[in-house]
Amino acid sequence: MKKQVKSALMWTVVGVMLAFMYVPILILIIYSFTDAKALGVWGGFSFALYADLFTNSSILGAFKNSLILAFASAALATVLGTSAAVGIYYLRKWKKTTASFIANITMENAEIVTGVTFMMFFLALRLPYGWTTLIIAHTMITVPYVILSVTPKLAQLNPNLYEAGLDLGASPVKSMLCVVVPQLVPGMLSGFVMAFALSLDDFIVSKFVNGSVETIPVYLYNALAKRGADPTLRALSSVLFVAVLAVLIVLNVVTEKRRKAQFTAK
Amino acid sequence: MQSNLIVAGAKPQKKLKIRGVKRSAFALPYLALSVLFVIVPLFIMLYYAFTDGASGAITGANFVHFFSRPNIMAVMGKSFLVALITTVLCFLLAYPLALVLSSPTFNKKLILVMLFVLPMWISSLLRTYAVKIVLYMLEVSNAWVAVTVGMVYDFFPFMLLPLYSVLSGMDRSLIEASQDLGASALTTLFKVRLPLSLPGIVSGVLMVFMPTVSSFAISDVLGDTSTYMFGNIINQWFANSGGWNIGSAYSLILLVLIAVTVVVANKITKGRTEIGGVL
Repeated sequence: MKKQVKSALMWTVVGVMLAFMYVPILILIIYSFTDAKALGVWGGFSFALYADLFTNSSILGAFKNSLILAFASAALATVLGTSAAVGIYYLRKWKKTTASFIANITMENAEIVTGVTFMMFFLALRLPYGWTTLIIAHTMITVPYVILSVTPKLAQLNPNLYEAGLDLGASPVKSMLCVVVPQLVPGMLSGFVMAFALSLDDFIVSKFVNGSVETIPVYLYNALAKRGADPTLRALSSVLFVAVLAVLIVLNVVTEKRRKAQFTAK
Repeated sequence: MQSNLIVAGAKPQKKLKIRGVKRSAFALPYLALSVLFVIVPLFIMLYYAFTDGASGAITGANFVHFFSRPNIMAVMGKSFLVALITTVLCFLLAYPLALVLSSPTFNKKLILVMLFVLPMWISSLLRTYAVKIVLYMLEVSNAWVAVTVGMVYDFFPFMLLPLYSVLSGMDRSLIEASQDLGASALTTLFKVRLPLSLPGIVSGVLMVFMPTVSSFAISDVLGDTSTYMFGNIINQWFANSGGWNIGSAYSLILLVLIAVTVVVANKITKGRTEIGGVL
């Protein structure tokens, strides 16, 4: 009896908290299927907001910009971050501490401070705000997360692999690229995904250096904070919610399956 | 936030060289770019903070400006109060949930943990917009309540995750030992589990408190000018180029506050792990 009460209590906590997290999202999705202008008013079922969404050229343009920016900066961040993770791993003593400290700066700092320092720096360089400044800023703020995902793989690496490559006749560069780097690929991939997601999500840093390039989060911020919410945002938000949740759930299920498969293979 | 994560298993090894290049040299491209794009900009901010916008002369006036305005001090006070309330509410909501999710009944149900952590990856703007609709339907008109609810909703997963990971990593035999020695469930909670969760609590607080103080979008979307956080003030000074010097001084104050909290938090967790080591 006491056990049952305890279990019921536990399920209540989980249920209430799940509702707390997801009911607002569900309500937003439900109200994306009505075209009433005002918030929280049901004006009959309609796909009108979705029709508006897919013909709104500034939203579609912002979407394209966000994807290009996330791809470019995540790719750059993965290359730089993997190289940095290998380098920092083999650094010693104060050099390692200093390098780790530098890599932590943008992660610990408030995003708004990172954003305004980029803004002042690019002005000092006379670099006009736009694609270049966005890619530089997004790459620099996402590299630390790639380092975080690659470093554990380095720790798991058999330290003799590199020498084994050399013994078998590979040149040092070939041994590094063909023997060591493939071992790091899982870490690089999760670093890439993380960098991609962070770039796709960022509006604080973007907002200070974007010039005339509008990304989805910048569009959302301007629309929500300045223009006064336009009903099309409900459709846009619902699409983004569902897309992000679907991608994350698939990713998690795939990695979980792979982990289990590895486990049983052993 | 995770300052110690990067310093992973350093083990002395003979220095291997690739065509005369040390492996550690691979860190150079990123470190050089970091100096250029992260550290130099911080010095530029320092320059702006200590100079006068019109004449370019060195001055401390931008800081005097901060400390001499009662309304700025009021915004600071309110920001810290909202951050404190948000942090406490997040903790009170997240700790019981983390206890449940890490209990033997639930620790196989990873999908549940995943559902709670996933919203971290959804834009905080979208989540704030969802809260706005709910608050509108509930007819909540108080801007302070709206902003605080928005903050709790947005930052909750960041409190839950570190609490869950410290609780699920906790050695269950310690809890059983406490119970075997006659402690009640409550005593075990307060004397064993809470003290041992301190590292998780500290990183949860770190991930909620200062981000709340420095946020500006949640107040922009849910509140009005009366609910300005410290981040809103900075954002406003940078909105026109004449305010960059004062804005830089304010940013520098925020940066120092963040650095202090990170150092203090590292001290607290370090002391704890040493005590844990004695155990």
